[in-house]
Amino acid sequence: MKLSQYLLALLCPIILLTSCKKDGDIISADTKSSFTLEFEHQVNGASLALNTSTYKNAKGEDYKINVFKYYVSNIKLSKADGTSYLIPESYFLVDESKSASKLLTINDVPIGDYTKIEYTIGVDYARNFAGAQTGALDPINGMFWTWNSGYIFVKLEGTSPQSTATNNALTFHIGGVLDPNNTIRTFSAEINAANPLRIRTDAKPNMHFIVNAASLFTGTTDVSFTNLNFTMGGANSVLVANNYAKGLFRLDHIHN
Amino acid sequence: MLFLSIALMYACSKNEDEITPDEENVTFAIPSNFPKPAYSFENNKLTNAGFALGKKLFYEARLSADKSVSCGSCHQQFAAFANLDHSVSHGVDNCQGKRNAPPLFNLAWQQAFFWDGGVKNLETSPLNALTDVCEMKTDIETVVKFLKNTAPYPEMFKRAFGSSEINSQTVLKSITQFMGVLVSGNSKYDKVMRKESGISFTSDEQLGYNLFKEKCASCHAEPFFSDFSYRSNGLDLVSTDEGRSHISGVQSDFGKFRVPSLRNIEYTGPYMHDGRFYNLDEVLEHYNSGVKASENLDSSLRNGISLSSSERTQIKAFLKTLTDNEFIKNKLYSES
Ligand code: HEC
Ligand code: HEC
Repeated sequence: MKLSQYLLALLCPIILLTSCKKDGDIISADTKSSFTLEFEHQVNGASLALNTSTYKNAKGEDYKINVFKYYVSNIKLSKADGTSYLIPESYFLVDESKSASKLLTINDVPIGDYTKIEYTIGVDYARNFAGAQTGALDPINGMFWTWNSGYIFVKLEGTSPQSTATNNALTFHIGGVLDPNNTIRTFSAEINAANPLRIRTDAKPNMHFIVNAASLFTGTTDVSFTNLNFTMGGANSVLVANNYAKGLFRLDHIHN
Repeated sequence: MLFLSIALMYACSKNEDEITPDEENVTFAIPSNFPKPAYSFENNKLTNAGFALGKKLFYEARLSADKSVSCGSCHQQFAAFANLDHSVSHGVDNCQGKRNAPPLFNLAWQQAFFWDGGVKNLETSPLNALTDVCEMKTDIETVVKFLKNTAPYPEMFKRAFGSSEINSQTVLKSITQFMGVLVSGNSKYDKVMRKESGISFTSDEQLGYNLFKEKCASCHAEPFFSDFSYRSNGLDLVSTDEGRSHISGVQSDFGKFRVPSLRNIEYTGPYMHDGRFYNLDEVLEHYNSGVKASENLDSSLRNGISLSSSERTQIKAFLKTLTDNEFIKNKLYSES
């Protein structure tokens, strides 16, 4: 009797303490685990090398790439039974010049076999207009337009002798969420049911994606750098987004 | 033991900053004749320390590339936070911008910012001025670094946000606390509308108000004296500034600009997006005889707005009732 009273008294502040933590549900270690997403940057099969390598677009024009970065957000995994799990606050900025950014670790995913992955190439509508953000969405990353609120979803800069811009520059800043120039595109890949993404407490699988930077310039419309070498939102950005929606990402394999 | 529990409870609820009892709280006051604001401070809790920090940053010229220009250089309190005598803005290196600095007040009711509505959230509105080569010409990284290394900022950030860690979010949120609190709703017009005792329009003001409602209020709608739409009032046959279409990408928005508020108009000249008119007589003459048949001219202005000289006198008398001297002289908003 006496002991239980003491116990209660002792528990009381502990309960109170935990009750003032943020409301997120308590994660028991044996129902959740993690996996990684790896993005391998290429240009039509050749590995991407910034500033040095010369590539050819579908029109046969030479070009080099100096900057290549993009947002991946709202990652969603689905199971064969149709249920799905949206990874909360999943906003990632993948940057060719920062190798750590090309390997994303996703924690606290419910264990299970997933047969589909989907994500937004860019940033969802709401976050483009939300207030000051941190992390991947911090404007300090140079992916936020200050004169027309919203994020640059995909940024590719480089040079091409065919470009008529100053210093033969190529400036492809793709973004904008308002019709008729909405550039939000999604990527989705079905995962072979024979080898699904197996999230287990004792196994942290890796999904390997090939990301083809050349996809900005072909797919729906072949881009010639003589005519199109600069876009920061607007109709030409839509043209480029329609291109990369077809071929920017390919799920290559999964290491379970 | 119970006592301890209570103490613990108290400890975990207590992350608000302490307010010394004799210090008056900064509040976001909504005038009774205003609707619900768009910006609510829900995710940016207004505190004295946050406001004080935001104000200090607003007046901090060392944030700019050549340490000569602060937000307050272009947004001056005596001009209701517009830029007196500057038709277009004047930034670092004597750079001339292309647009007139708008006044800053009642921003918490605006859904979009800038003459073309390009900026959609008050919290991100300072970014353009900070980074524009023709305004403060810096970048956020430099600003954050400067603040981390300059007293008393780390201390002020700690008081405002509970941590001396400084990042772009806390910089922007504090400036927003300052700007959001800038409410102008104590003009003579407001007092008449609120039927405050002993205050009424003179006969010229009343006649001017009637004319205003008939000829101007379709765009300059009460109580903000703007309906916040984008329109062309026929300044040029072909505008040199794209205006709204730069943002919307739609040709029918070419040469359109946000209808500006007319509150404190007596002090916010020069007028229009490029500051082309230096006084209200020129503005009224424009509506009377100067409206050009621009491609996207608002249909209601096709024949201009004819205004006799007595009507102009009355409208001007009314427009001056929109001056809010309490706002312009409020020490809470001043640099020191
Ligand atoms: C060099 C002059 C200059 C400086 C410095 C400056 N501004 Fe401005 N500000 C302007 C001009 C010009 C505009 C209108 C821009 C446009 O419409 O394209 C503007 C617009 C704004 C607006 C939008 C108002 C509305 O009604 O749409 C806000 C808010 C603002 N500025 C805040 C700031 C803050 C905060 C700072 C300091 C970080 C600052 N400004 C510094 C010139 C300046
Ligand atoms: C069809 C809509 C419309 C009507 C009607 C209209 N205005 Fe305007 N007004 C505008 C727009 C749009 C602007 C901004 C134009 C620009 O800068 O390109 C403006 C600008 C102004 C300005 C300059 C404000 C500033 O801060 O620069 C004043 C003053 C003004 N109007 C007064 C009036 C008065 C007085 C009337 C009635 C006689 C009137 N307006 C009728 C749309 C209208």
